[in-house]
Amino acid sequence: MTTTQQKPSVEPPPGKNRPHPPLTWRQRLGRLDVKLSPYLYIAPFWIVFALVGLFPIIYTAVIAFQDWDLVRNTGEFTGWDNFAYVVQDREFWLSLRNTFSIFLLSSVPQVIVATIIAAMLDKNIRAKTFWRMGVLLPYVVAPVAVALIFSNMFGDRYGLVNSVLNDIGLSSIAWHVDVIPSHIAIATMVNFRWTGYNALILLAAMQAIPRDLYEAAAIDGAGTFRRFFSVTLPQIRPTMIFVIITSTIGGLQIFDEPRMYDTNGQGGSNHQWETITLYLYKTGWGEFNFGRAAAIAWILFLIIVAIGMLNFAVTQRLIATDSVARKTKKSRTASKAKHIKKEVGK
Amino acid sequence: MTTVTEPRNPRTTAPRPKRRKRAAAAVATMRPHWTVYAVLAVFLVASVFPFYWSFLIASGDRFTINDPNMSWWPGGNFLENAATVIGNPAVNFWKALWNSIVVSTTTGVTTVVLSTLAGYAFAKLRFKGSNALLIGVIATMAVPVQLGIVPLYILMQEFGWTGSVGAVILPALVTAFGVFWMTQYISQSLPTELIEAARVDGCSMIRTFWHVGLPAARPAAAMLFLFTFVTQWNNFMWPYIVLDPQNPTLPVSLSILQANYFVDYSLVLAGVLLATVPLLLLFMFAGKQLVSGIMAGAVKG
Repeated sequence: MTTTQQKPSVEPPPGKNRPHPPLTWRQRLGRLDVKLSPYLYIAPFWIVFALVGLFPIIYTAVIAFQDWDLVRNTGEFTGWDNFAYVVQDREFWLSLRNTFSIFLLSSVPQVIVATIIAAMLDKNIRAKTFWRMGVLLPYVVAPVAVALIFSNMFGDRYGLVNSVLNDIGLSSIAWHVDVIPSHIAIATMVNFRWTGYNALILLAAMQAIPRDLYEAAAIDGAGTFRRFFSVTLPQIRPTMIFVIITSTIGGLQIFDEPRMYDTNGQGGSNHQWETITLYLYKTGWGEFNFGRAAAIAWILFLIIVAIGMLNFAVTQRLIATDSVARKTKKSRTASKAKHIKKEVGK
Repeated sequence: MTTVTEPRNPRTTAPRPKRRKRAAAAVATMRPHWTVYAVLAVFLVASVFPFYWSFLIASGDRFTINDPNMSWWPGGNFLENAATVIGNPAVNFWKALWNSIVVSTTTGVTTVVLSTLAGYAFAKLRFKGSNALLIGVIATMAVPVQLGIVPLYILMQEFGWTGSVGAVILPALVTAFGVFWMTQYISQSLPTELIEAARVDGCSMIRTFWHVGLPAARPAAAMLFLFTFVTQWNNFMWPYIVLDPQNPTLPVSLSILQANYFVDYSLVLAGVLLATVPLLLLFMFAGKQLVSGIMAGAVKG
């Protein structure tokens, strides 16, 4: 009955200007649902990020210019003092040297070995899953545990490595005293944990290479090695670049391994293996100088950005020399995803 | 990322033209030379050997490490050493184990749920500013953790959370990587028609997510859980800074163990193995998932 009464009011205006019937509360709720829901779904991430990501980053910049008082939890503005102190500190430069040395000793062999292992896994081998899992095994072990195992194996007096060296007629190496040997030992821990992981990433890139390319190369008379250098390497270039960049980001932040390398955790009596992050930790939670620690954090961040960019430029050029420069947008975004993934994994 | 199962090898699946030259056919199907297995085997041994070595030391006594004629067979003291480690009040083994389980599981679950929600919104829902916000998510991934570590600590002090596992869980509730990962997966694997069908049938937004979005995202969610779990289980620096020695996670308790027993490596390495066993078990059951997760993230993403 009500419908017949309403009918004329709805019908008459034909064209576009027909007024909408008033929305029921259900419809309104539905509209609100559609409009608000997306924001509600992404809100938790942004709230968490604002609290534990954005705020600390901004606040680091503030604290870095202050002499922070831990008791009152406030600071006093001191300008560039913290930065000036850090830049003039010998310990900072030593830790910078160590960080770079360890980073080079870990990333260069790591990428080379990972590429070789990936190429082996890319062959038509039996028991693929077994080999792939085996290669990944060290990744699940905590860096702290790895550090304890390897600092034992690299023991100065009774370590396994030294006794092997003695057995083959070489003299012992002071792994916990000398600078370069300690870097080698720490780099070994990093390599142990990450080489297999990177090999799997490179393997995935290799499997995406169209097999006709290999067949064509073989018909043209290319042998195994030629195929590897002329087909495989150029094809996995984008992935390679991002593996290198992520190991840079991770490598420059290394903390667990040097901290656990000896019982004192101070990076050696003469800062032989003290890294920047360890220096940051010692300043912040050893000396409780938060202002200076924040300044170190910023310096570290700038270094990482600079090296990352430099790295990108260099690797781009190095690997590009041999390739057909096929930079499809797709492959670049793909490797970007992986790059991000790796970083989180660390 | 479209499939969880590892991609089938094109060499074995692709139909082979009959009249290709022999060389080409050989590249495609040839079983590899034995040196390939040799290289892989050497690498595998190098990956496993440190564990065996730790077990050798951990199953001996404090003198094993100094013994020039050390046997390559394990001794019989492992359980005894493990019991010593577990029984040491300074190490707090059970508490550390419990805390590690709590932290890893909680952050794993919250990361998966919150990332799936946000990823679903970014991938399938249209709203103002979605592109800018997604770029914002990606940008946050590039910032190293250490940059904010000092204010984060001050924040936890203000909350009065230092020393409690909440201080470890809160920063890891959800990660930008997780959001990005789920966005990528859902946008590729969930047909928009399904969502529309559910909406036409009268599902509210959240019901649509629950009954359509979530089931479709399950494989990627499982991998995300695994990665988050492993990362948090192994996380050291932040828990080490913010937790007390009385209330540690496993990596933190390992550092205490090292400080306490630096003369007795059999105990230190027994502790290392104890802390590692849970993850090795996880790896045995879910290692395949981890492998395909890493490879899927590399290929697409």
